[in-house]
Amino acid sequence: MSDRPQWFDEEAGPVVRPYALIRGRTRSSGDAFDLVATVRAIGDPPDDLGPEQRHILRAAQSPISLADLAVELDLPVGVVRVLLGDMRDHGLISVTSPTAGGARSNERILKEVINGLRAL
Amino acid sequence: MDSVLSEDPVALKILIAGGFGVGKTTLVGSISEIRPLRTEEVLSDRGIGIDDLDGVESKTTTTVAMDFGRITIRDGLVVYLFGTPGQERFWFMWDELSYGALGAVVIADTRRLTDCFPSVDYFEQRGTPFVVAVNCFDGADQHSVEDVRIALDLDDDVPVMLCDVRRRTSAKEVMIALVEHSLRTLTSAN
Repeated sequence: MSDRPQWFDEEAGPVVRPYALIRGRTRSSGDAFDLVATVRAIGDPPDDLGPEQRHILRAAQSPISLADLAVELDLPVGVVRVLLGDMRDHGLISVTSPTAGGARSNERILKEVINGLRAL
Repeated sequence: MDSVLSEDPVALKILIAGGFGVGKTTLVGSISEIRPLRTEEVLSDRGIGIDDLDGVESKTTTTVAMDFGRITIRDGLVVYLFGTPGQERFWFMWDELSYGALGAVVIADTRRLTDCFPSVDYFEQRGTPFVVAVNCFDGADQHSVEDVRIALDLDDDVPVMLCDVRRRTSAKEVMIALVEHSLRTLTSAN
């Protein structure tokens, strides 16, 4: 790392602004997806998918969280939510949000986490 | 219990809160692989004079980075750490972050203890289990844990501990104390 900022390639910023990918929308059916909701690819991808959608389908071949997906795609969470909302509406992915109680109210899982942390 | 048997991976959220510059990023980095997560904030009046909106008057959000780490306990069981945004203008994000969260770590700096009051209030009101980790900065007075408990007016069952967020073992102890506290909260409620 040099002291002077030098912006090349990705550091100079995206060629396509993130919200242009989703045609300027900031709202979609994916708004309510939790940051740790599980995304998985289902169904056959059509031929006319954009590169981001393809990337999502590849990344979600095995279950992946929304937050991990946003890091993987290097896109803001809101943009990923809009993309995922569309893709779910088209039957390309499934999104499972954790329930409010869910795993955190499961004693066995909490004990497993405690043991797992000790073993780190 | 059925959810455990399904093939859905289990994802748990832990929030890391506290005032600006108290060591949230350091704590997440000490115990997990830290990754830059970009998210949005709603622009409010507070942004006026800071965010130049000339020509984009309809712009209502801007992108901010959030501390994000993951600890893989085993295949299909992951703990996600999210650093809560430290400034008041990011408060709206907390509700989403804390929904379904396993618990929270509130990092306190005894030189400016008041900075963590909002976090403590927030988690108390929401009933989210939390622990207070007093980050022992170099040169800071080593206050006793009981002093901090009294100063923050904490319930007796809220764990307060001294830590050094730069050290992995110390960060680990804080996380374990939190999950143990969440477990106790759960079993006492049942």
